[in-house]
Amino acid sequence: MDMLYKAIVFLPLIGFLIAGLGGSTIGAKASEFVTTSLMVVVAVLSWVVFFNVALGHHEEVIKVQVLHWIQSGGLDVSWAFRIDTLTSVMFVVVNTVSCLVHLYSIGYMHHDPHRPRFFAYLSLFTFAMLMLITSDNLLQMFFGWEGVGLASYLLIGFWFKKPSASAAAMKAFIVNRVGDFGFVLGIFSVFVLFGSINFDTIFAAAPTYIPAEGQGKVVINLFGMQLDQAHAITATCLLLFLGAMGKSAQFLLHTWLPDAMEGPTPVSALIHAATMVTAGVFLVARMSPLFELSPDALTVVTIIGAITAFFAATVGLVQNDIKRVIAYSTCSQLGYMFAALGVGAYGAAVFHLFTHAFFKALLFLGAGSVIHAVDGEQDMRYMGGLRKHIKMTYWAMMIGTLALTGVGVPFTVIGTAGFFSKDAIIEATYAAHSASGHFAFWLLVIAAFFTSFYSWRLVHMTFHGKPRASQEVMHHVHESPMVMLLPLLILSVGALLAGVLFHERFFGEEYAEFWKGALFTLPTNEILHHVHEVPALVKLSPFIAMVLGFVLSWWMYIVSPNVPKVLAQQHRVLYQFLLNKWYFDELYDFLFVRSAKWLGNFLWKEGDGRVIDGFGPNGVAARVMDVTGRVVRLQSGYLYHYAFAMLIGIAALVTWMMFGSAL
Amino acid sequence: MTAETLIASLQLSLPELVLAVGALILLMIGVFSGDKSVGTVTGLSVLLLIAVGALVVFKGVDGTAYAGAYRSDAFVRFMKLLALAGSIVALVLAIGHRRSEPDMRFEYPVLMVLATLGMMLMISANDIISLYLSLELQSLALYVVAAINRDSVKSTEAGLKYFVLGALSSGMLLYGMSLVYGFTGQTGFSEIAAALTAEHRSLGLVFGLVFVLAGIAFKISAVPFHMWTPDVYEGAPTPVTAFFSAAPKVAAMAILIHLVAVAFKPIVHDWQQILVFISIASMALGAFAAIGQTNIKRLMAYSSIGHMGYALVGIAAGNQEGISGVLLYLAIYSVMSLGAFACILAMRLKDGRAVEGTDDLAGLSKTNPVMALVLTLLMFSLAGIPPLAGFFAKYFVFMAAIKANLLTLAILGVLSSVVGCYYYLRIVKVMWFDDAKQEFSRPAGELKLIYGLSGLFVIGYLLIGGPLGAAAEAAARSFY
Repeated sequence: MDMLYKAIVFLPLIGFLIAGLGGSTIGAKASEFVTTSLMVVVAVLSWVVFFNVALGHHEEVIKVQVLHWIQSGGLDVSWAFRIDTLTSVMFVVVNTVSCLVHLYSIGYMHHDPHRPRFFAYLSLFTFAMLMLITSDNLLQMFFGWEGVGLASYLLIGFWFKKPSASAAAMKAFIVNRVGDFGFVLGIFSVFVLFGSINFDTIFAAAPTYIPAEGQGKVVINLFGMQLDQAHAITATCLLLFLGAMGKSAQFLLHTWLPDAMEGPTPVSALIHAATMVTAGVFLVARMSPLFELSPDALTVVTIIGAITAFFAATVGLVQNDIKRVIAYSTCSQLGYMFAALGVGAYGAAVFHLFTHAFFKALLFLGAGSVIHAVDGEQDMRYMGGLRKHIKMTYWAMMIGTLALTGVGVPFTVIGTAGFFSKDAIIEATYAAHSASGHFAFWLLVIAAFFTSFYSWRLVHMTFHGKPRASQEVMHHVHESPMVMLLPLLILSVGALLAGVLFHERFFGEEYAEFWKGALFTLPTNEILHHVHEVPALVKLSPFIAMVLGFVLSWWMYIVSPNVPKVLAQQHRVLYQFLLNKWYFDELYDFLFVRSAKWLGNFLWKEGDGRVIDGFGPNGVAARVMDVTGRVVRLQSGYLYHYAFAMLIGIAALVTWMMFGSAL
Repeated sequence: MTAETLIASLQLSLPELVLAVGALILLMIGVFSGDKSVGTVTGLSVLLLIAVGALVVFKGVDGTAYAGAYRSDAFVRFMKLLALAGSIVALVLAIGHRRSEPDMRFEYPVLMVLATLGMMLMISANDIISLYLSLELQSLALYVVAAINRDSVKSTEAGLKYFVLGALSSGMLLYGMSLVYGFTGQTGFSEIAAALTAEHRSLGLVFGLVFVLAGIAFKISAVPFHMWTPDVYEGAPTPVTAFFSAAPKVAAMAILIHLVAVAFKPIVHDWQQILVFISIASMALGAFAAIGQTNIKRLMAYSSIGHMGYALVGIAAGNQEGISGVLLYLAIYSVMSLGAFACILAMRLKDGRAVEGTDDLAGLSKTNPVMALVLTLLMFSLAGIPPLAGFFAKYFVFMAAIKANLLTLAILGVLSSVVGCYYYLRIVKVMWFDDAKQEFSRPAGELKLIYGLSGLFVIGYLLIGGPLGAAAEAAARSFY
């Protein structure tokens, strides 16, 4: 069995090496074939693992030792795989989507001359992501964490000749540094608290770490604050959560995600919708034994998650770029997941991660198919009426939208994926019976209404109504090739059925048998129990929000298409506020970017240029030239000057000998 | 003076006698056979100087002659050989030059021989009277040599400037000597030293010291008595400049060493201050002023000012290491300087015109890689970059200064040698990285020989430096 896991993790690496190092030799076609077929194998193997581990009856965690990595003092880190239900769920998500994206890219990137590089990056990303989710310790996780960050940077900037793509790549990388800084500090403080960064050690020590009574001893001294054990855990969790916020584009660190849409669309589907951005959710779920100990940290997680869900949904309402709408939707849905994590409903969060991967990848790939059909146009204002021309894509997008908005029949088990997972989160926040839970509940319900509105708005603007594209473009509109439609088909199946098939296991009756302890909850955490007792109106609330959103968008974009313009004019300030993403980019530009640039410029021009160069090399050189100029001028060529100099010299020497030596 | 002592004196001064008689014979040959004999006279001069060198090596014995006015010891012989070698090489360098510039007359080699005779006597001088006479013999010959190109305004101007300023410096020297005599009542070096020990130093004597040192500083072109150097170096014909850069400096350094290490030994603190001052001033001015030069002969003039400053560091140290360091420095500097002038003499365009601009060296690495390589080595060596000879020269004098506790002097010396690197390296840069605008004609054989040998010397110094260092040490031991 060990070989199976090693194959899953290392086959993408082999694909990367073949396509990356030999891509120019073996050609684009062979690179595509090698990487994609390896991913197909990996995806199939992932499902095998999922059935064995998650659905089977393996009680204990499977550990696969690859190599002994670092031993230094108390630090002992191995390169090992930790295979439990959580890992196997992530296996399925990552490898299925990655495999389909590889396949889809064969069609989508057909015209690009640098396909070997593209496929190499995709495989590199997959490898790094697998490294992250199989990690047995925090350092290995950090390796994968940085690896996916690198791959994300490379893929966002894949068309590096485009300045906006390069800028977006840098932005993603730099904003993630902020989060990574927190993550690294979190790892350090875990090491300080537990003396180890191996999950086994941490998880074994965590439940009894905080003494049942009393203050506990001081373990961390932070800026003069003496943190006892409970507070130290809170600080650690918040630091780890900071890392998660960066990677998962949560409120305040979200600005990179919409810009990341500069990358090719398959990249958006794979990295910025289904997998990498969910790494933060995975991290918190993985570290649930720690987070469970800190109610304060969980409250922060809830609030940040809920605000993100609400904030991103409001911005999504007015965006015109088809990919940006979906990007904000992703951001918003990630907020849902964190809200669930915050109230202790880890199962619901991972469940939403799982279903979201299917329908969001579907939406992105569908959007890619639309963009492909209309010659690279991304602005929805120049689309419309595409339904008849690209039927397959239309239906795929419809299924994706149904799943995202959570269409289903209340109180039954008939429904799309989002119907189960999103509703579970909303119910869980209510069931938490805490102030932060209620806060999250209301924001999430409103966000659900917005989600429904912008999703249907997207469908209406793109597929329904009259065509707004030019005659020429409409003439060329064509359905995508089979290699692109097949992934849409498979993902559509997932988007429709993932909810109904697995909801009992992820967050329901079969919770314990399914997770087998991979997600840790304290005995006091009875959220699973409470969820079933929420009022019917609460259960119904997401459904109502969804229906309202649909009706409103129907009215505004199909029945009377003039309403949006009028509204935008009437509420100009609000409209601009939303259109400009709450002015976060401008604010950050003002606060950080410009001041950092100013500081850099200052240190460069003044510090390095004026002080170091000025008093250093250049200054010395210039003074030497000054002296030289003066000395050369002394040499006038006149004999009497020369004689005068000699006499002055002798007079000076005599004077010195008379008085100077007597001193 | 009895007949015996006279014969002993004549025997001791045999090299000078041979040289004097030889010079007169050469003059006769030249006068009676006219300008066509110039080749013969030059050749015979070289042979004469070689013969005198052999006499110095094989017949040299220690002792004094002419009632203490003349002296011979290991130091004297070392310096004499150095001066002779400098003269011989300068004569050889002139061969090709005469071929293209016909105004170099037969007087030139004869004057060179006479100047060399003056230097030999200077080096042997053990008395302020003989010092002054020999100095004047050398100087008079040099004034004429500087102006030998009578048709050139620049050469004439150089000769005149040199003469007038030289007269001024001679006046200073004489004045200083008269003060020294007045306050000690002695003319012999050892006797002056003895008198100084007996009675304590008086202010008048210190005045005398200052004037004497100023007069000699003029000869070695130390700041602030250096002003003639750039003009004369630029104006005089290039072989003359090459000659000026080596042998006369050696001779003047020899009398300076004699004076301070023998005559003024008891008042070491006084002359040390003066030498430290002119040493620092020379090093600094040599480094800074050379940067502004575009004429390579002027550049070499400032380079020689700087190098004399470094050599003075060794003398100022006032110990045996210092003296042997100076001797080594002078030997190495002579080789580097003559080699560099051989290269400068080879800067002759295809149409026979000689050029002197540093920019004219552009692209030499392409047109004449061997010469470019040698000149690069010489420049690196002049800049004092290990493992070339110039580095060791500086190393020994600075170590001597450190040993004598003259830390400021050593540090300033190192710093100014850093500044000095700039203009040496700029020549290297021009040769290797700039594009060639013109091509020089093939250098004459004797030039190739001389710059080739000097190139080998600076790069092979690590191998041949041992015996030279031992000789310098032996010579320095004459004073201690």
